[in-house]
Amino acid sequence: MDVPLVDIQDLGFSYGEAVVLHDVGMQVRQGQVFAIVGPNAAGKTTLLRCLERVLRPTRGVVRIDGRDTRVLSARELSRNVAAVPQAHAPVFPYTVEEVVLMGRNPRVNVGSVPGPADVEKAREALAALGMLEMAQRPYTQLSGGQLQLVLLARALAQEARVLLLDEPTAHLDFRNRYVVLDRIRQLATGRALAAVMTVHDPNDAMQYADRVGLLGDGGLVAAGTAQEVLTAERLEELYQMPIEVLTDGSRRVIVAGSRT
Amino acid sequence: MRERRSGWTVAMLWAAVLAALVLSLCVGRYAVPPGTVARVLLARFLPITPDWDPTVETVVWQVRLPRALAGALVGASLAAGGAVFQGLFHNPLVSPYVLGVSSGAGFGAAVAILLGAGAILTQASAFAMGAVAVLLTMLIARSGRDGSQVTLVLAGFVVGSLFSSLISGAQYVADPATKLPQIVFWLMGSLAAVQWGDLGRAAIVTVPCLAAVMALRWKLNVLSMGDDEARSLGENPPAMRLLLIGLTTMATAVSVSLAGVIGWVGLVVPHMGRWLVGPDARRLVPASMAAGALAMMLIDDVARTLLAAEIPLGILTGIIGAPVFAVLLQRRRSGWE
Repeated sequence: MDVPLVDIQDLGFSYGEAVVLHDVGMQVRQGQVFAIVGPNAAGKTTLLRCLERVLRPTRGVVRIDGRDTRVLSARELSRNVAAVPQAHAPVFPYTVEEVVLMGRNPRVNVGSVPGPADVEKAREALAALGMLEMAQRPYTQLSGGQLQLVLLARALAQEARVLLLDEPTAHLDFRNRYVVLDRIRQLATGRALAAVMTVHDPNDAMQYADRVGLLGDGGLVAAGTAQEVLTAERLEELYQMPIEVLTDGSRRVIVAGSRT
Repeated sequence: MRERRSGWTVAMLWAAVLAALVLSLCVGRYAVPPGTVARVLLARFLPITPDWDPTVETVVWQVRLPRALAGALVGASLAAGGAVFQGLFHNPLVSPYVLGVSSGAGFGAAVAILLGAGAILTQASAFAMGAVAVLLTMLIARSGRDGSQVTLVLAGFVVGSLFSSLISGAQYVADPATKLPQIVFWLMGSLAAVQWGDLGRAAIVTVPCLAAVMALRWKLNVLSMGDDEARSLGENPPAMRLLLIGLTTMATAVSVSLAGVIGWVGLVVPHMGRWLVGPDARRLVPASMAAGALAMMLIDDVARTLLAAEIPLGILTGIIGAPVFAVLLQRRRSGWE
């Protein structure tokens, strides 16, 4: 059995007295999409930020490819873990290519600028997401879906094996939501990445994730395959509302409210 | 495509800097033809028999060259400082003076003039107080609750106001016949008194600082993504920011102590740079340095040729800078969203 790319043991995080996360343990292997599902304030984003080490866990260990992240330098960590932020407020009208090139930062020497090989990697990443023809456009003029794909391309250009996505579909319309999740799914399989994403809608997890972790009140309620974890009973308890899981045989859809 | 074009723009700007340097050596109340200027300069290194008046040599080599080079250095420092600060603070309205360095340096110079110190001591005092003002700003900002960039800018405003008051105090007690005009003239900025020695002392600090800023300029792009994203891109934002602020502030403090308080260049030139080559710091920083050097040399040429008496630089940069800034804002081409 290979070493899981992401291995979280007994993770806890507190802001002073307030416990945000406790006793979280999970593993994500290469090629897997792991979705973290849970209501607002359950600690989803905090969990991602602990993986990214933007926040330092107060308990437990995070191992990336078998290495404890506490001993990695910021540069080393960012070569292994790339993050796609949820809210990005552009300040300068950089071109799309310039933004994606920033993903090369962990591999560009300090006191140097990205070279032709880095530009090539950036363009490759854009091509993988079908965004190459946008390369010279100011990224401030993109739609929400395109911006999300550009930030995803930046993460790809980082050439990290672990991809963290904080609600990648938060501001997207119906179609773009499908496009972005589909690309994440393809990338994880095609490039043997481990993708960890938080989602609001359990349907996103049901449709695109190999593994799902249900997070409630800072603790992992359940973890396993989407079908195992996303049951009506568990979701009803988690969200405190009536929920049904409908199936047409191959696909399952989670709907709120009960049939009357 | 855009990159290649912008690369050309940067190269053209540096060519224009060289042209402005030659122009600055020619023009003045004692005009010297470009050919003579070239031979005077070459005679320093090649065996050329002088066929020109020794006055020409003094004017070109001892007066105009150090002055023009100082103008280039000051302009490049202020513009680079502005480009770095605007990028770091995500704020189009900050200049390298935002942390209080100019007021501090002004106070340092005023005190030195009050005490009857010479040029070198005045420069040293200006630099020292400029540094003290910035350190005070950093201390106040650090004691603030959130430690954000806004806190830093506000702390700079507070410290700047404090030192402005102290400057007023120094002017109030200064002898209106002798010392007061000196202080006022210093505060308005001038390169008239610059000699090789002054230029050398300034260059020893500013040239390495500017070279380091050039080397680190790519990091400005990464930092402009915000701290969280910069961190996940492998950067240490507070440390890198402190380094860049330190380097640019050092160059700015030296510039102010050499040439006095010259406003607008550090604010407006980076906007022109963004308009010319876009927001990417890889091109914006060298473009701003070149445009700053170019602007400063040309403005100084105007300052010493327009009227019989020298016009203080601060007055000219304000008169030219304000309308230029207004036009840039109106055209919405300043590179801000």
